[in-house]
Amino acid sequence: MTGDVLHTTFHGIGVSAGTAVGPLVLVTPAPKAPTDEAPTTDAAAAADVVRGVLEDVAVGLEARAAKASEHARPILEAGAMMARDPGLALGIENQLKAGKGPTTAVTAAVEEICVMFEALGGYMAERVTDLRDVRDRAVARLLGKPEPGVPTLTEPSILAAQDLAPAETATLTSETCLGIITEAGGPTSHTAILASQLGIPAVVQAIGIMAVPFGTLVAIDGGVGEITVNPTAEESELLAERKKRRAAALAGGTGNGATKDGYPVALLANIGTAEDARKAAKQPVEGVGLFRTEFLFLDRDTMPTVAEQTATYTEVFEAFGTRRIVVRTLDAGADKPLKFADLGPEENPALGRRGIRLGMIRTDVLDTQLEALAAAYKATGADVRVMAPMIATQAEATWFAEKVRALGLPKVGVMIEVPAAAIRSRGILYHVDFASLGTNDLQQYTMAADRMQGELANLLNPWEPALLDVVALACEGGQAMGKPIGVCGEAAGDPGLALVLAGLGVSSLSMAPGKVPAVRTALGLHTQSQCQQMAAAARAATTAAEAKAAVLKMADPVLADLV
Amino acid sequence: MATRQVSIASSVGLHARPASLFVQAATATGLPVTIAKEGGNPVDARSILMVMALGAKNGETVTLSADGEGADEALDSLVALLSRDLDAE
Repeated sequence: MTGDVLHTTFHGIGVSAGTAVGPLVLVTPAPKAPTDEAPTTDAAAAADVVRGVLEDVAVGLEARAAKASEHARPILEAGAMMARDPGLALGIENQLKAGKGPTTAVTAAVEEICVMFEALGGYMAERVTDLRDVRDRAVARLLGKPEPGVPTLTEPSILAAQDLAPAETATLTSETCLGIITEAGGPTSHTAILASQLGIPAVVQAIGIMAVPFGTLVAIDGGVGEITVNPTAEESELLAERKKRRAAALAGGTGNGATKDGYPVALLANIGTAEDARKAAKQPVEGVGLFRTEFLFLDRDTMPTVAEQTATYTEVFEAFGTRRIVVRTLDAGADKPLKFADLGPEENPALGRRGIRLGMIRTDVLDTQLEALAAAYKATGADVRVMAPMIATQAEATWFAEKVRALGLPKVGVMIEVPAAAIRSRGILYHVDFASLGTNDLQQYTMAADRMQGELANLLNPWEPALLDVVALACEGGQAMGKPIGVCGEAAGDPGLALVLAGLGVSSLSMAPGKVPAVRTALGLHTQSQCQQMAAAARAATTAAEAKAAVLKMADPVLADLV
Repeated sequence: MATRQVSIASSVGLHARPASLFVQAATATGLPVTIAKEGGNPVDARSILMVMALGAKNGETVTLSADGEGADEALDSLVALLSRDLDAE
């Protein structure tokens, strides 16, 4: 923190470009039952109060469910059902009769059930989180405090939190949420990905922001990662000008991606659901560079059938007509375990049986998915390209390619996210038609730094020269074999890095659709040879910051307004 | 007091969707139905939390009890429900 109390500047990591000025709304942590709470003397009256509060909690969750996405709705509805549960009500009544104060009674009754759930393990143990969320809301209401989590935004505001959970961000829209600031999280955190999907400026790792009072006017620059508390009129003006310049730079063009001298770089969308597909298909993108198929499988007790999967894939393929769709087969394991294909706990899940490794053990799951993809391809005739996650060896690539080709699917590829595959991309590409660099995982494995650990963010900057070297190695293999290599990690959506990647020989960039205009503009301002020079300069740098600075210095000045 | 014994037919046991269907059906009877595992205390069958916490597995026998008008018919319909593999439907 620098400057005086009234006018302060915070620096974090910009993870979603754009600028905004607005009042700060703090996402409050959950209050605990006070240890000195007065005991209950009239249990019947206290039970009435608690029942009323739980009903309010249920009504609130239902109201949020009605506005939430397809994915978040069931979680919120289940919460409402728990709040109204007669078994929970009975447990609370018993605690009140024993003389416990209301918030202590709610906490104890919830914990009793949590203990039973945790003893059952698996699916049941995970419901404990939802149940404790209901408890936190009820306790806050009983204490006369606002419910913890994201409050209903009554005016356009900038949200600040320690960190945001997926359920908390489910109801955010760019109309009321002008910006997001978190103290934790990293560039590939859930918050970062969501913010860029919605086009909301966001800064993570802004240590100290939670100490700024509720309602204070703040300015956020999600590109450079700067937050100004109580900005002066002049500062707000500068930010507004930057916003205008950015808008002007983005206004031009909806055509295919290419450098100034016509070297084509396809601009593609990352999608996860049929709903994403419908939205992305309306944007001027050249197709899908990464269709994450996990959403069909997560939160399921049994594997979706061939018929169900075929219906979803057909819907996605139809949305894009003749445009390409690169489908990644199920990438489960690690941070995305599946209930019906759980191989048990692992010491290091990120280094464990995930991606294709799981697919090779549970061939039934992979075969079912490929069968459905082949059926959807036959039904639509779409430009479908299927790739496998976490390929490390030629043997894995061959095994996968044979399976895909046997089903009559036209193109097969691999994700390059394991350094071994990047280093030996030539051999791997011999067996397949294309590769896509998953830079988020490639970086985590290159740097041996867990991407879920916000504290390691300094090792996970996508401008890291070591990552660029590994990408360059992979691209050399692609050029030698005459096979296209794309990028589908967060790096693809950074206008500056997009230039570097184009310079390294990447032929497609896949990103959140909201990031496409800035990347298209950046590419159109530079020639292929300039991109190659910038790539060389970035690789010659010793740190991520130096690499970025070197590229910005060589680039057209407009790039500074895009990042 | 009407009581019935039934073996859980759902392949995943009485949790997730089967539990939710059972609780909805128990609530719809309008009677204070309880459910117990062998040797266990009866719990409120209208409570999804209690029913799930019971952790009744496929093939385990549970006892349903209810008092009041229509209790026999209500329990018969619940027995019929639990005798089906709800998860497969």
